[in-house]
Amino acid sequence: MTVALEPLVAATNTPVEGRFRQALRRPQFVFGLSVLAFWIIVAFTVDFWAPYDPLAAVGDRLLSPNADHFLGTDTLGRDVFTRMLYGARYSLPTAASVIIITVLIGSTLGSIAGFWGGWTDAIIMRICDVVLAFPPILLAMAVAAALGPGLRNTVIALIVVWWPIYARLLRGQTLAIKNRDHIEAAVSVGVPRGRILRRHILPLAGTPVLINATMDFGQVVLLTASLSFLGLGAVPPTPEWGVMIDEGARNFFQWWIALAPGIAILSVVMAFNFLGDSLRDLLDPRGRS
Amino acid sequence: MARFVLKRLAIAPFLLIGIVTIAFLVSRLIPADPLISIVGERNMGNPEVVAAAKAEWGLDQSLAGQYLSYMTNLAQGDLGTSFRTKSSVSQDLLDRLPATAELTITALVFGALLGILLGVTAAVRRDGLPDHLARLFALTGSSIPVFWLGLIVLSIFYARLGWLPGPGRLPPRTDAPPDVTGLFTVDSLIAGDFGLFWATLERLILPAFVLGWGLTGIVSRLVRAAMLDELFSDYVRTARAKGLTERAVMFRHVLRNALLPVVTILGLSFGSLLTGAVLTETIFSWNGIGSYAVDSTRGLDYPAINGVCILGGIIFLLTSLVTDVLYAVVDPKIRLS
Repeated sequence: MTVALEPLVAATNTPVEGRFRQALRRPQFVFGLSVLAFWIIVAFTVDFWAPYDPLAAVGDRLLSPNADHFLGTDTLGRDVFTRMLYGARYSLPTAASVIIITVLIGSTLGSIAGFWGGWTDAIIMRICDVVLAFPPILLAMAVAAALGPGLRNTVIALIVVWWPIYARLLRGQTLAIKNRDHIEAAVSVGVPRGRILRRHILPLAGTPVLINATMDFGQVVLLTASLSFLGLGAVPPTPEWGVMIDEGARNFFQWWIALAPGIAILSVVMAFNFLGDSLRDLLDPRGRS
Repeated sequence: MARFVLKRLAIAPFLLIGIVTIAFLVSRLIPADPLISIVGERNMGNPEVVAAAKAEWGLDQSLAGQYLSYMTNLAQGDLGTSFRTKSSVSQDLLDRLPATAELTITALVFGALLGILLGVTAAVRRDGLPDHLARLFALTGSSIPVFWLGLIVLSIFYARLGWLPGPGRLPPRTDAPPDVTGLFTVDSLIAGDFGLFWATLERLILPAFVLGWGLTGIVSRLVRAAMLDELFSDYVRTARAKGLTERAVMFRHVLRNALLPVVTILGLSFGSLLTGAVLTETIFSWNGIGSYAVDSTRGLDYPAINGVCILGGIIFLLTSLVTDVLYAVVDPKIRLS
């Protein structure tokens, strides 16, 4: 987080602390932050307080919600509530790795394209165009199916689909920053190009990346669950939310199997959308309404 | 304008070649063996069967050779033969396109109309019920998992209340209407079978609602915001001063100006509608391109996967072109270059 915060300081005049306090006055931001904090805490601590084992049959099959099983049991007699809690351990780390790696790959390629220009630029950006011309889910499905099931392969598939977004973003940022006076000054005193890019351009491009990454985090959670739902991501008996909804889809007269994991996904994605929105309002003066 | 369209059209083939190449590479540079899906797990130990299948499907050629023959066939409009259905991929896609078209177009129309209606009423009566509804759609629109939403509406309106029929395009043990357009609702009307028309329309309601949900949210917020921008402008005051009814002012004057952003969004949302269609079709057992894509990827049926990707790419390129042009037509201030 500290790395990401530096550019914020550079991009804004008010100290970060003041901005944060300002953010806390927004119900959107507070809601997003609390929901996210809730799921992160669940992911870390669920082992200590979960009522049951997420993988073991702990009751009769397909019990509707009752006193022992708050959200009922599924086709194998596993506790739905416990499984939903454990789902946070799959969705959040998966999405986090996708976002971190896409931001790294995309930013590197995008800033190189913008800074170097010429053929490098043309080649990188044409590849971006092509990848972005795929309907994202189709490409992700094809890659995931080819690599085989499993969340690690889901991560790879989503990276393949997502990196061009950041390449485009960073290229635009680099082009805009490239012509500023401080870059000209750096060039004129003979600072090497790689160093200019790292020290004088990238730190200034951080804000839009942070905003976009926050927004995209939710979408990655959604797509991860979609792939698992289609049988191309996490595999049963993993208590992943998409897998659980798939199990619910096979027994849709037992509504309680799919209800909770869906609400879990919805809450996480909404939290990230809210956070992204508030960040944009706070950090990006142009987008302010 | 003509130059802009031509330029865009000229780039399109290169993008398509790129799409085809990437789809091809994804399907070939992978650990999983497509032979399993052709000859079946049991025959993999039989070298004769494997060799014969390899030769038959061109899998014995080098990667470059496979690519070259794929491209040559593609140039002649041949997308290859599906490993799974053993029939031509282009035919498979053509057979399934109408189902997806019927679903997507209904969702698009439904989402746009409901969105505009909610947006207008929300702008006119702020904080009324439509305003809250619009807000609900908008809040959940981009965060709700469509496959889950589909499941929830099915379990409420079909399993619990029994108000609407379950998954599928046709009632059980019913024949499709005589094929004219492939759209069951249209075809049944052409055949004059009103009972069937109603039955097919009824089966469209839930999937189209689910698929159009996100669009409803975006459109209603856009229309509301644009209407509020316009409501206090001079021409609205003039229209009211002339003694026009409030309805005429809203629909004939304000809405017309507020619709501009909607045009762009409808075009841009086509891509996400396609994504949504894959998931919606799976939940509603809708026999279209989306479920074809899912079945093909599950079966490692590469010719079919590539076919779907190429079709998706073409649709994407066309819709973004049409959106840009439409935008210029609707708003004379925009000059394309």
